[in-house]
Amino acid sequence: MGQIHLEKVRKAFGDVVIIPELDLQIEDGEFVVFVGPSGCGKSTLLRLIAGLEDVTSGKITIDGTDATELPPAKRGLAMVFQSYALYPHMSVRKNIAFPLKMANMDKAEIDRRVDYAAKTLNLDAYIDRRPGQLSGGQRQRVAIGRAIVREPKAFLFDEPLSNLDAALRVGMRLEISELHQRLKTTMIYVTHDQVEAMTMADKIVVLRAGNIEQVGSPLELYSSPRNLFVAGFIGSPRMNLINGAEAGKYKADTIGIRPEHLRLSTSEGRWTGTVKVSEHLGSDTFLHVESPVHEEPVTVRADGEFPVHSGDTVYLTPQEDKIHRFDGKGLALR
Amino acid sequence: MARRVTTQKKIVTTILAWFVGLLIFFPILWTFLTSFKTELQAISIPPVFLNFDWTLENYETIQSQSNYFHFMLNSIYLSLGSTALGLIVAIPAAWAMAFSPTKRTKDVLLWMLSTKMLPAVGVYIPIYLLFVRFGLLDSRLGLIVVLFLINLPIIVWMLYTYFKEIPGEILEAARMDGASLGKEITQVLAPMAVPGIASTILLNVILSWNEAFWSLNLTTSNAAPLTQFIASFSSPQGNFYAKLSAASMLAIAPILIVGWFSQKQLVRGLTFGAVK
Repeated sequence: MGQIHLEKVRKAFGDVVIIPELDLQIEDGEFVVFVGPSGCGKSTLLRLIAGLEDVTSGKITIDGTDATELPPAKRGLAMVFQSYALYPHMSVRKNIAFPLKMANMDKAEIDRRVDYAAKTLNLDAYIDRRPGQLSGGQRQRVAIGRAIVREPKAFLFDEPLSNLDAALRVGMRLEISELHQRLKTTMIYVTHDQVEAMTMADKIVVLRAGNIEQVGSPLELYSSPRNLFVAGFIGSPRMNLINGAEAGKYKADTIGIRPEHLRLSTSEGRWTGTVKVSEHLGSDTFLHVESPVHEEPVTVRADGEFPVHSGDTVYLTPQEDKIHRFDGKGLALR
Repeated sequence: MARRVTTQKKIVTTILAWFVGLLIFFPILWTFLTSFKTELQAISIPPVFLNFDWTLENYETIQSQSNYFHFMLNSIYLSLGSTALGLIVAIPAAWAMAFSPTKRTKDVLLWMLSTKMLPAVGVYIPIYLLFVRFGLLDSRLGLIVVLFLINLPIIVWMLYTYFKEIPGEILEAARMDGASLGKEITQVLAPMAVPGIASTILLNVILSWNEAFWSLNLTTSNAAPLTQFIASFSSPQGNFYAKLSAASMLAIAPILIVGWFSQKQLVRGLTFGAVK
């Protein structure tokens, strides 16, 4: 079980309000990602759930029991920290065994569980080393190992991959996703990286300044963002947001069109533009095009190689059914 | 851009460093030499440096006149006792201030340190009266408590700087893992802070060992440490410098040896936190 409900949760440090008031339901077995720019309160929210911070007001329920006043250890949750937070003076084995030792579990059961976790995470070879002798990825696995031996109701991940290099990050992302499929335990994952959010989540919670901007599956957020913030935040490269006369034609204050939803041509199209920068990746081509429709360059993505370079003229045609319309307050028009 | 260090600069700084080092060390060296002179050579003008008749006579006289080991044992009791007491109080205090700081934490630290700015003699009479009242005069226990209290601000301050360097996330991880407050401190915080705690112990032992004001004023014989031992040789019959020097050498020898062997720890402790 791992059902977490937040009711009217509010957090303030003195006069500074981090989370104004927030409701959220996390169902058992879900992989939920909190995403948002830095300072949006996503880590604070996770720490409130963990019990490392006290809520200013509101209620946190875990599996139907009121956990608002419970200390972290009594909530049955396990956390993986950004810095891994391993105990540097203990071996890998002792690190993983620590929560079980604290629970006064008997020696044989501890050994069994630690060995199982070490095997699952490919840590057998390093079991007697200290964290200082491990690479970043291995440390991260130890931290995960320490979390899984407790068989918690839910895992909390606080930007666990941001200290790893890009290649390793992709690998660990897969490992965490696999772990979720195997354990089917609720996971709450905090990140500022929308690619991590899109690839791993069952449900994404987009936060800004402590407010939930939108909750939904990755594809829901991609195809129907509720407002300009979500539209700009989800998707890479960012959605082009165009206002002025061009938006007026669609009876909106702002229209949004994703780079992949613009058809690119060298001969004809709706909008004319000049290529400012071209990025050729082989698999895709990204063009930043200066066009009279918008003061900022419009980003366009083409499949495969599209042979134009800086200074060339191109024509862009938006796919009509993929245009997002927003009103003056930034809310989506449906 | 790295700074260029020329050979010339290196030589100058080396000479300067040696000069300053010798300047600081000179009094100890002079005491050492004087302790091997006769009383007459010790006060001769012009002073003799190395060409005197080396003698062990002063050390022999001192040993026969008083019980060195009695004083040394007291010094050991006092310095270790006050340090142990200090750690018991200072570790939780520094833990609280380092990991749950409030906006007043800095003020509290400064206020604690400010007690060190008060001249000791300022509280001499109240403390003396307390000692009389509780029958603590010339007792080890009484002096241990006083030494513990006067050094406490320094211990707290040092440990605080050390603990500050330990990432709070590790303690939070321990909390998530179900460690009680006691286990968090003893099994996670303390083992990580071992180097810091070691240099704190060392510094505090040295400070207590060398403390003279309280140990001279609150003890006579029973609890008297080595400072009292030295003082007993500055006698009313006039100063016997050679014997006084020999007594001083005997008093500082143990701590000098301990300090020498652990100087790496000590230097690290004193400069810790200054450079990341």
